[in-house]
Amino acid sequence: MRNNRLLLTLAVSSALAFGVTACGDDEEEPTSGATTEEPAAEGGGDLSGQIAIDGSSTVAPFAEAAAELFNEENAGVQITVGTSGTGGGFEKFCAGETDISDASRPIADDDEVPICEENAVEYAEVQVANDGVAVATSKELAVDCLTTGELKKIWNKGSKVASLADVNPELPDTELSLYGPGTDSGTFDFFTDEINGEEGVSREDYEASEDDNQLVTGVSGDAGGLGYFGFSYAEAAADQLNLVGVDSGDGNCVKPSLETIQDGSYKPLARPLFMYPSKKAMERPEVKAFMDFVTTQAPAIAEAAKIVPLTDEQLTEAQGALAQ
Amino acid sequence: MVRRPSGRSRFEGAIKAILFCAAVVSILTTLAIVFSLLSETIAFFGDVPIGDYLFGTKWTPQFGGDQQSFGVLPLIWGTLYLTGIGLVVAIPVGILSGMYLSEFAPRAVRKVVKPVLELLAGVPTIVFGYFALTFFTPEVLRNALGLGVNQFNALSAGIILGILVVPTIATLVEDAMSAVPASLREGSAGLGANKVQTAIRVVFPAALSGVVAALVLGASRAIGETVIILIAGGQQPRLSLNPYESYQSMAAFIASTARGDIPTGSIEYETIFVVGMTLFLLTLALNIVSIRLVRKYRQVYE
Repeated sequence: MRNNRLLLTLAVSSALAFGVTACGDDEEEPTSGATTEEPAAEGGGDLSGQIAIDGSSTVAPFAEAAAELFNEENAGVQITVGTSGTGGGFEKFCAGETDISDASRPIADDDEVPICEENAVEYAEVQVANDGVAVATSKELAVDCLTTGELKKIWNKGSKVASLADVNPELPDTELSLYGPGTDSGTFDFFTDEINGEEGVSREDYEASEDDNQLVTGVSGDAGGLGYFGFSYAEAAADQLNLVGVDSGDGNCVKPSLETIQDGSYKPLARPLFMYPSKKAMERPEVKAFMDFVTTQAPAIAEAAKIVPLTDEQLTEAQGALAQ
Repeated sequence: MVRRPSGRSRFEGAIKAILFCAAVVSILTTLAIVFSLLSETIAFFGDVPIGDYLFGTKWTPQFGGDQQSFGVLPLIWGTLYLTGIGLVVAIPVGILSGMYLSEFAPRAVRKVVKPVLELLAGVPTIVFGYFALTFFTPEVLRNALGLGVNQFNALSAGIILGILVVPTIATLVEDAMSAVPASLREGSAGLGANKVQTAIRVVFPAALSGVVAALVLGASRAIGETVIILIAGGQQPRLSLNPYESYQSMAAFIASTARGDIPTGSIEYETIFVVGMTLFLLTLALNIVSIRLVRKYRQVYE
């Protein structure tokens, strides 16, 4: 029996060890994934130095992918990507602590701009990608369109909605099984903010996973499967899912697609994503090179990070914004 | 008596020291685990009353504000419920196959079946997990049996969990029954009992302490199992009896939470350790009970 206990202990400890290391990995991802310890000559570029990026967790995968691709050419530059959130990122940025701020909304005129001005932090606003959240159901539950009001009834805190017929008698009364991202994800923040009116507020009894593939499996596998996740995942699994159009209240039902997300007509679940480089940091060659790299390679980086890329027009605009 | 050369006794001393160290490693590991869980657990109970944790019926640590709740009962229930489904499958199948292998199987059959069982024990649990998710749930439960189960459900995860445990139980039961002295079987046969009567009424009771140990080991294995439940059982803490729905177990909660983006030192981070400690204590309790049981039956039958 002593053996048993040892086995169990090991099982528990390995579960925990897994937990702890997994945490550590997430924590360190930006640094370990995106930086190289020594300035390696074979990296090609002769740039060195450090770039501190912080801000939106939605933009972070893009910034990390950008850092990784940039490091392939310029191995000597250390890039760290933090995820303090858009607001937290601007706080550090306007205090002069970071070089580039990731944001999933423009900088706020009333409270953030004045702080940046006070500290004489000048910046450029560069759109680097687009973000879209898709609402999808299983093929069996082929719903064409939901209004934001109906989505709110389904997803809001305390909701007891069990079938779509509960929100609209014309819709099927198949029992719903709901799927959505975990509360740590930027997609969760964005969706709850736009649909439920307050970031982080949501019904709790849904199947939550940080793994988008698992969400797709669940939504497509259940007769009453309904969920929301980043558009790229929905697009990749388009043949297994039914993408739901969203009506923002004006009677216009718009399906999520690259075009409707890029032009913003897929309201309100599409938004532009930004990077704010400070002008002072841009005087350093490594930051300048990094931002040049981002604005020329943005669509490829977005693809690597599985978010919606810029249109050609948006790309030209981004390059213009940087040049100012 | 010839005195042994001192070189040899020194060698034996070294061997003993190595063996001692090996034993100490396991004890130190156990202590280190308890210690590593302890500080975060204490920090957690600084913020959350222990009564709310143990008796609360809502587990939503990942939410903010008034939506946050730390009642661990749904997780404990999910763990026990899934383990229960698993044991309903594993106990009869495991005991019967162990009994068959020990008492009835011709040598040729045993030569094939035993390695296959052991092979099953060696299959990585992640394979079982995806087997449950992508084959057992849709093909067997839904298509063949026509059950209206969710994609992630307790039934599928529980049954596959049981199958995972079958080799453990079967092998240990077989060992226990084979170890029963042949004289008992001969005595039983001499009194006119047939093979089945002998196996069930004589050999099985005589091997009971080993059988109980097998069952408890199987149960512990099921309680601590993470990956199958994480993949096929879903991630929703739930107090319910419906096996078609998804449930979250303690180990699955730890794994899925640790995979997310939670900041070190936050209360969500501490929940990983608290739940780990709870799981540790639960399995410890199970083992203590099992040791008692095994001793009790051993006194009776030896």
